[in-house]
Parts: sequence; C-alpha cells; structure tokens
Amino acid sequence: METLAPPRVLDGEQRSWLERIPVGYWVLGILLLIMPAVAGDFILFQVFGWTFILGMIALSLMFLAGYGGMVSLVQMTIAGCAGYMVAIFGVSAIENISLGWPWYLSVPLALIIAVLFGTLAGWLAVRTEGIYTIMITLAIASAFFYFTRQNYVIFNGFSGFNGVLPPQLFGVDWRQPISFYYLTLFWAAIAYGVVLYLSRAPFGLVLQGIRDNPRRMAALGYNVIAHRVAAYAFSALLAAVGGILLTWQSAQISPGTAGIGPVIDILVIAVIGGMRHPIGPFIGAFIYVLLKTFALDALVSVGLSGERFQLLIGVGFLVIVFWSPDGILGLWEKWQRAKNRDPLLDRSGEGP
Amino acid sequence: MRGFARRHPVWTAVLLVLAAVLLWMIFAVWPKWLIGLIGKKKVFLNAFFNGITLGGLYFLVASGFTLIFGLMRNVNLAHGSLYMLGGYIGYQVASVTGFWLLAFPVAFIIVGILGMLLQLFVFRRMEGEDLRQTLVTIGISIVLADLMLWGFGGDFYNIQAPDWLNGPLRTFFVTAVKSSGDPVYMKYPMVRVVIFLASVVVGIGIWLLLNRTRIGMLVRAGVDDRDMLSATGAPIQLVFLGVFGFGAGLAGLVGVVGGTFQSIAPGEDIRFLLASLVVVIVGGMGSIPGAAVGALLIGLAEQLGSVYAPTYSVVLTFLIMVLVLAFRPQGLMGRA
Repeated sequence: METLAPPRVLDGEQRSWLERIPVGYWVLGILLLIMPAVAGDFILFQVFGWTFILGMIALSLMFLAGYGGMVSLVQMTIAGCAGYMVAIFGVSAIENISLGWPWYLSVPLALIIAVLFGTLAGWLAVRTEGIYTIMITLAIASAFFYFTRQNYVIFNGFSGFNGVLPPQLFGVDWRQPISFYYLTLFWAAIAYGVVLYLSRAPFGLVLQGIRDNPRRMAALGYNVIAHRVAAYAFSALLAAVGGILLTWQSAQISPGTAGIGPVIDILVIAVIGGMRHPIGPFIGAFIYVLLKTFALDALVSVGLSGERFQLLIGVGFLVIVFWSPDGILGLWEKWQRAKNRDPLLDRSGEGP
Repeated sequence: MRGFARRHPVWTAVLLVLAAVLLWMIFAVWPKWLIGLIGKKKVFLNAFFNGITLGGLYFLVASGFTLIFGLMRNVNLAHGSLYMLGGYIGYQVASVTGFWLLAFPVAFIIVGILGMLLQLFVFRRMEGEDLRQTLVTIGISIVLADLMLWGFGGDFYNIQAPDWLNGPLRTFFVTAVKSSGDPVYMKYPMVRVVIFLASVVVGIGIWLLLNRTRIGMLVRAGVDDRDMLSATGAPIQLVFLGVFGFGAGLAGLVGVVGGTFQSIAPGEDIRFLLASLVVVIVGGMGSIPGAAVGALLIGLAEQLGSVYAPTYSVVLTFLIMVLVLAFRPQGLMGRA
C-alpha cells in the first residue's frame, strides 16, 4: 500500500525563497563577491566595472526587444542624457556650466529627466513597428549626438564635461577600483533581478503578449500603447542608472559617449549575448569588453594592426546573426537540446 | 492634387500663401525692413539654393534606399557604406584615368554588383525575417566601414571636378540694386547647378522607369503585394536582384557626386545613412515622390537652419521628423 501513497513533492510554495534560487546563481554570486580578492585593479575597474555598466544598458535594450519586441537604438542616448544631467546639475571641471548641486539632488534629477526623455522617445517610437522602430530611434539618437556636439551653452559642445566624480558617500571613495566594482555589481544585480521579476509579473506577461500578438491583447482590453510606453519608461530608468555609472567611471561625458558607434555597440552587445534571458546582455558585454580590452594585443600577435578591432566585432556580429539569431544563449540552448535528444525517438524530453 | 485641395482647404490655402511668400522672397528686391530683420538677400538666396542642391543629393541617396525598402521591406542600413564605397571607387578611377565622367559608370557597376551579391548570398537566405536582415546590414556596415578605413585611411578625399564645372554661373536672380540702379545678379557655383539638374534628371528617369515600363510595372506590383506578384509567375527573385543592384549602384554613383561636391571621409557613411533615414521617414517609406519632397524639406531645413540658427539646425531637422511622425506616421506621401 505504501507504494500507492502519493510521493511527497516539495512544492515551490513550501520552500523558502532562498532555497528556490538555483545553484548556478549561488556559485556566480559568490564568485563575483570574492572577485576583488583575486583580481587586480585593472580587471576590477576596467573589465568588470565596464561589463556591468554596458550590461545594464544592453539589459534595458534586451527588456524592450526581448519582452516587448521593440528594438530601440535610443538606450545609449538615454544613458548619455543621464550622464550629461549629472554633469550639468552636479559637480564637474566645467564650472561655468555645472550647477554644483549635491548628489542627492543631481542624481535623482538626472534619473527623472532621462526617464522623461526615454518616455518621450518611446512615445514617438511606439507609433511604428519592427524595422521602423530601429530607424526612428536611430534618428533620435543621432539628433541627440549632433545636438550635444553643436550646443555649447548647456552641453559644452565637442569637449563635453570632465571631472564628473561620484560622491564621497559613507566616507568611501567610490571611484577606487574595489568600491566601484561593488557599486556597479550592486546596481547590475538589482537591474538583473528587477528585469527577471518583471518578466514573470503581470506587466511583463502583458508585454510579452503584446509582443506576440498586439491585436489580440488589444481585444482582451489591454492598452497596447500605454504598456509599450511604460516599457520604454522602465528601460529608460535602467539605462539612466547605467549612464550615470558610466560617466562616473570615465569621469567625463562628451557627445562621443552617446555617438552612433556606441549606440550600435549596445545593439551588438545585446544581440551577441542573446535577447531571450536577462543574463544575455551581461554575457555579451563581457565578451565585448574582453575584445575591446585585449583584442589589440591579440591582433598584433597574429600580425594584424591593432586598429582592426571594429572589423573583429563586425564579423563576430555577422556570424552570430547569421547562424544563431538568439546569440550565445541561443547556441547554449541548441547544445542543450542536442544533448537531451533521444537518438531513437529523434526528439528531446522523456515520456511518450 | 485636386483631391487634396478639396479635402483640406485650409491647409491648401496655407501652403499656397507660403509658396507665394517664398516666390516673392526669391524674385523681389528686398525692402529695407526685411534686410534689417533677417539680413541680406544674398545670404538667404545662397542658403536657399544650397538647401535645394543638398536636397538633390539627399534625394539621390534616399531614392535607392526607399526603392529597396519599398520592394523588399529591407532597411538596408549599409546604404551609407555603399555610398562611401562609391565615393572611394570614383576617387580612384578619376585620379588614375583622369576622366571624371568615367568614375560614374564604374562606381555604379562595382557597387551595384556588390549589392547584387549581398542580395544573393545574404538577404535571400533570410527572406521574410526583416529584423534579422536589418541586423545583418548593421554588421555589414561595420565591416565595410572598417575595411574602407583600413584601405583608405582617415584622410579627406576630394574628387577633382573637370574645368568646365569649376567657377560660378551668373544667374538671373537679383540680389540687390546698386545705388546707380544696376541690378546685382547672383552668382552660383556651376557644380551645384549641375548636381541639382542631375538629380532632377535621375528623379524623372526613375519615375519614367517605374511608371512607363514593364519592369517598373513589376516593381510597383511587388511593392503593393509581393506574394500576389510571385503567385502570378513573375520572376520576382530577378526583380529583387535588379532593384537591389540598381539601388546599391545608385548609392555608389551618388558617392562620386558627393565626393566631388563635398568630400569623402570616414563618418560620411553614417551621415548619409541618417539623411536617407530621415528623408524616407518624412517623405514616406517606399515612395519616390515622397523621397523627393522629404529630401527638399530636409536639405532646406539643414541649410537655412545653419545660416539662421546655427546651433539648432539639427534640432530643426529632427523637429520636422517628429511633427510628421506625430501627425502623419506613414510619412507625407506614404500610404497607410
């Protein structure tokens, strides 16, 4: 009779949320937390700090493109806008423009203005679909770039702002490699967690529904336009946080920070990493940063000029788009499926 | 045209008044108060004609772009790179052989063949996946831009125009009246006049090709309903190949024009790509008359803006785009 008793299943609800975190996250989290013990300052500040920042900006694109089906090229511009606002309202070396307000005013203001800008851009972009969205957001991004380059009254033209430093909060210099590493890690982890949470929350589910069939969602009574604009607003917040951190990392912001090249780079990062899961942009950013940092030496060692970095990125991007539209994550999933394939049934999974 | 006037009488009146004011500003001798208000007539006329010729150049680039888009739903973001490649090829041909005119067919053919190869080996493999095609064109433009930077370096190249194109042309526009009563006529660079005339000729040529020939009929049918056209047994892949080659070749040809009239340097590809993007967004995707209207508007806005509001000329262009998107998302001449 014992065999007939239903097996005791540990239901998801019964386990505490700590237990439900997969093992992979524990390993990765602990590795990242103890990283400063093993890695040097350059690796921490330049490689990981930059990876987390670019990953966050690409994550905002992944949120829009992966869950909302809207490929927006305006994310880097929103990040640049937030960086500019921090430089303008806060402290920088350009004292005749910067207002020099304390961080608790300048940072929230920068976030608010960047989110407003992102919402406005989104409001324009959601009037269109698919490839049109790419074109319009690219046009907005380039307008911002040319405008900041020409405007000397507010944006200080070609040279932009330098000497934009993070505040000395709690007596810590947040631009020291270790503290900056933890700062970026903290925000990247929060951004990742929020996107993961939202993807299963009602808002994220509606967004995915809209991505798959906007007309049906409209017929079900959801306001398609409002959800799309809200998605732009949320992704603008992610990009804005990334933009402020980026400005603090390089201590400067100039039109080139949000130029056409970086705008495209964010798309490249998101596509190379994969747009199915929020971890994709971080993988893409890591690969991009590694290439950008070390490709010079690698290219020189095989006899090519180190300047051909863009060529490497471009060819890599082409290869990924050609053979695996879902990026590195897509390759991983393909490999997993191939591994689980039953050679007799010629399909994956158990059961009949 | 008459239908538009009947449906929007107020707008027609506004447009007519604007056109009348513009004509008066071009032909009349300006009174003192107007000169005091916005400066000399010569400056205005120069900016105005520069805007029109720039619009001609933009139209030439954008017409290939919009043709490819209209037929294949493929946003070819490598279009600017094709333009730049054409410019470099034209420079090489013109400086090696010494014949400026020879640069045009060579650039057209080489870039056109490249476009056909792209269509054959890249876009045909991912038909119907327009987002993926667009991403591929971004990758191609990155690769092409870096290859050209590798081959030609970061210098500015200027294609030398032949002698008969140099020097000014005396036009019949009166810019001012001397105290002796003699009118002062405006002088305008010959090159720009020729470029503008060429763009008009090419525009009319494309229009005739599209509206008066069998190939044009196939293309128009393909723009309207691609699936239906292929169902009737038309050789649609050949049409795609031809249009892609023609659009790309046109971009290459305009690269020679741009290299003569301005210069070719890294970064120009993005500039012209963006110009074509804005032009087709304003004018309407896939429409040749739309590209002409959009190019004129953008060219004029850019040049007049750079004279009268130097910091904000980019914003002016952008504002036009935003207004069009807000009130007519399909573009001025686009079909909903």
